[in-house]
Amino acid sequence: MKKHMSPKEKSEAKWGLLFVAPTMIGLIILNFYPIFNTVYQSFCKTGDFGRGNTFVGLANYQKVLTATETWQSLWNTIKYALIEVPFGIIIALILAVLLNKKIAGRSVYRTIFFLPMVCAPAAVAMVWKWLYNTQFGLLNNVFHTNVAWISDKRIAWISIGIIGVWSIIGYNMVLFIGGLQEIPGDYYEAASIDGANGFRQFFSITVPLLSPTTFFIVQTRIIGALTVFDLMFMVMDKTNVALKNVQSIVYLFYQYAFTNGNKGYGATLVMVLLAFIMIITFVLQQVEKKVVYHN
Amino acid sequence: MKSAEASARRAKILTQIVLIIMAFIMLVPFAWMILTALKTNQESISVNPFYIFPHNGWHWENFATVWKSYNFVILYKNTILMIFFRVVCACLTATMAGYAFGRLKFPGKKVLFTLVLIQMMVPGQIFIIPQYLMVSKMNMLNTTFGLVFPGLVTAFGTYLLKTGYEGLPMDLEEAANIDGCSVPGRFLHIMMPLTKSSMVSLGIFTAVFAFKDLMWPMIVCTNASTTTLSAGLAKMQGQYGSEYPTMMAAATLAVLPMIIIYVIFQKQFVEGIATSGGKL
Repeated sequence: MKKHMSPKEKSEAKWGLLFVAPTMIGLIILNFYPIFNTVYQSFCKTGDFGRGNTFVGLANYQKVLTATETWQSLWNTIKYALIEVPFGIIIALILAVLLNKKIAGRSVYRTIFFLPMVCAPAAVAMVWKWLYNTQFGLLNNVFHTNVAWISDKRIAWISIGIIGVWSIIGYNMVLFIGGLQEIPGDYYEAASIDGANGFRQFFSITVPLLSPTTFFIVQTRIIGALTVFDLMFMVMDKTNVALKNVQSIVYLFYQYAFTNGNKGYGATLVMVLLAFIMIITFVLQQVEKKVVYHN
Repeated sequence: MKSAEASARRAKILTQIVLIIMAFIMLVPFAWMILTALKTNQESISVNPFYIFPHNGWHWENFATVWKSYNFVILYKNTILMIFFRVVCACLTATMAGYAFGRLKFPGKKVLFTLVLIQMMVPGQIFIIPQYLMVSKMNMLNTTFGLVFPGLVTAFGTYLLKTGYEGLPMDLEEAANIDGCSVPGRFLHIMMPLTKSSMVSLGIFTAVFAFKDLMWPMIVCTNASTTTLSAGLAKMQGQYGSEYPTMMAAATLAVLPMIIIYVIFQKQFVEGIATSGGKL
């Protein structure tokens, strides 16, 4: 601490450091040490029973990056995101626009759409797995179809994506409603007087003025979708023939690090995920500068 | 003018139709979960004829059976304890750090806050292996402490509370400062009570996040008697996956408490989760 501080400033500095101390010590132990430790472990081979690390250099990276499984699961994750992100956002936007008007039963609808957000994904996935059941499931019996929703590799990724969309609509919708309420109402009045219809108003007022909110949701949902785990873990049995074509990168990480006990290999998979997310984040920041409308 | 009124009415009806269809789609999985939970095993897998509703009476006792045989008392207890301690730790540490970052001058403030932001940008999976190894080394696997461990402090909460404190007017504190009120006095008596809504948001967010989390409890609490509702469901599915009424009764029991709390405290819930910034 500097000598020329007044007693008041000194006391403020002392209390400031004291107040952030628990959080900072916690973050260093719980988060920053683990970051370096994970990086270190990715260069190590985990011994039997998870004991004793031997330094193996880039061997894990070589194995991870040459395994088709890694690229397949990365691709699976992207495919999941390609369903969850656009559909979850478009449907949510439509619902938000509809609910932003004075309409009967508004709060009831909002409550219902948001419901999946407070449910444990483990339970949600169990219920959907049962809905998708080929023989006894509701879907096949009501529509008189015989679709192998979660064991046909051409369909399973879409089925998982649908659960993702169903789960996230309410969350996106609430964020959109927040964004919509910030758009001044007189913009729409002026447009109505000029004779612009609802669609015209939507595309020339709502869409550009909502773009910061939209971009925020797109960004957070892409990152969220790329770390999907629970749905795949709960819906796909280990014996499921479509598992290879559905498992996400985090699923693969869990399998290696905790089911097989190969922490070094698991740590390397996390590093791949980290690199991937950093690239996506960088690209998104470049896109934001071009697309988002700033006042 | 009449045609304008008619078209406005048509638009309203169309809106209602779209919303009703969507609400129906959203509710079907919940309805099917409860309806299946009330059937017998035989009924749940009867296809010809296929019953939507239970037709041999509604078997409410399925819930009692599942409650007892899977020891839901313990799952609830573990989940509640984990949530309680995580919420207390998060609110306590984040409100202090948030106040310091938002209102006080101290050396190293910028660097330390950058660390907070970095933690929020990194995918959480990067922490898991070392966190697990630490809990394991402390011999704390299969304990409540193990469940709470990653949530002892929160970068996101610190950020959220910092924003809350920054939003308060400057002169509030200045008057107290002139009166010679010390930093902790100003914090406890003036500032903290004013950030109640941010604290509630953080509390709800922390609770829902902990409640939904599946991977961490599966890793640190492998015993059925020490784990949470989420991880407990995963275990049950592995063992009794084809007894559908049982599984659906278990799923209902796992989600129902949070749904009830949500319906009561809707406004706070929606706000709390909407401020999470996609961390859920």
